[in-house]
Amino acid sequence: MNTNSNAYTLTFAVIMVTVVAGLLAFTATSLKPLQDENVRNEKMQSILSTIGVDESRENAGNVYSDFIKQELTLKSDGTIDENPVVKAFNINLKNEIKKDPDEQRYPIYLAEIDGKTTYVIPLHGNGLWDSIWGYFAIDADENTIVGCVFDHAAETPGLGAEIRESWFEEQYIGEQFLKTTGDFSDNSFVSVRTVKGGSKADDKHGVDAISGGTVTSDKLTIMVEERLRRYLPYFENN
Amino acid sequence: MSEENQLFSPKNIKLLTDPLNDNNPVTVQVLGICSALAITVQLKPAIVMAIAVVFVLVFSNLIVSLLRNLIPNRIRIIVQLVIVASLVIIVDQVLKAYAFDVSKQLSVFVGLIITNCIIMGRLEAFALGNKPWASILDGFGNSAGYAAILVIVAFFRELLGSGKLMGYEVLGHKAKTIAESTGLYSYGYENNGFMLLSPMALVVVGLIIWIQRSKNRKLIEA
Repeated sequence: MNTNSNAYTLTFAVIMVTVVAGLLAFTATSLKPLQDENVRNEKMQSILSTIGVDESRENAGNVYSDFIKQELTLKSDGTIDENPVVKAFNINLKNEIKKDPDEQRYPIYLAEIDGKTTYVIPLHGNGLWDSIWGYFAIDADENTIVGCVFDHAAETPGLGAEIRESWFEEQYIGEQFLKTTGDFSDNSFVSVRTVKGGSKADDKHGVDAISGGTVTSDKLTIMVEERLRRYLPYFENN
Repeated sequence: MSEENQLFSPKNIKLLTDPLNDNNPVTVQVLGICSALAITVQLKPAIVMAIAVVFVLVFSNLIVSLLRNLIPNRIRIIVQLVIVASLVIIVDQVLKAYAFDVSKQLSVFVGLIITNCIIMGRLEAFALGNKPWASILDGFGNSAGYAAILVIVAFFRELLGSGKLMGYEVLGHKAKTIAESTGLYSYGYENNGFMLLSPMALVVVGLIIWIQRSKNRKLIEA
């Protein structure tokens, strides 16, 4: 058999691709339930950690309902969608933010600790290479960030990927996204920015950006501003 | 000659042991350095990465060797890449299902096994021209050589950098004050934060190369 002929080469390629595709499809499908379970538990763990509850991933599902009292689905005008098609927890923000603004639904989680309400809002946006996401816990004053978790799919390790590290996340604690608490107008909303070269110590609306991770830092600023802005109508109504 | 002798003939044994010392892929051929820097901060991800590379290299060597007379010469690199990539994706999927935390720590580096020069190098240089059993031994030897360096580097980086091994505080517990600390920390010992930074992996690899060459004279180029 002539293994150098065009016909042979083509046949070989076709057979190889078919076999490999079948094998990979089988692996992916059979492991999917376990992977989804992990992702779901991790989401609960992330939400809990923003409100200061550190649980292992396995246990997060068990204690989740002890702290998170309400999961609401918001419309773009800030009103609550009483009959959501998808439950708040299962909303896939990645797909949601591509929809028409009127049809978008944003989840918000209401946690209760010592009788005080803390809002947890999910974030999602594009990083440098792939998605970045996270959660903010917002104090009952509807302005101060009291907890923060970021994560990413494929940012550069050691640079952009540092957004996941605690030194970066902890900077957000105590930051405020409004100039005046209770004023949700455009004049007051400043979001929380990553500042190249470092933010001033008394700056309530900025944190240090990551050296060598400028693009990720900038994309994170865009994500935070874009997502926080969506929740202003809800905070204003409450 | 009995069958076992054939399987582990001196020539075959050499395939297995050569990459561990005389022809180590990391310290002698200086391949696969990128991942050696990135995932050796702690022992656990280093071990998982090592196991993943052993798995991928042994099986890709085996598969390529079995197909070596069938693979069309003109697309052999593509065929090798497809085989390696498929194995890596399988590893990645299994980690995501059964070792989620580790898979997050390794992040992109699992995917980067595909481009690990050690793997393509062995496929092209060895598996394409040798029988399956020899290829398995060669794959195991080379990936074990890589794994050994990875684990040694991770051992020192985790021990000296964070005072832990596999996450256990082997040097005692470091509290806020010396008085509350236990073990070595009660004498005022401090962890070396430098060890956690990537350049220190290179320094440790350099030290290993130094020690290896001082013991193994034939590696020293005239």
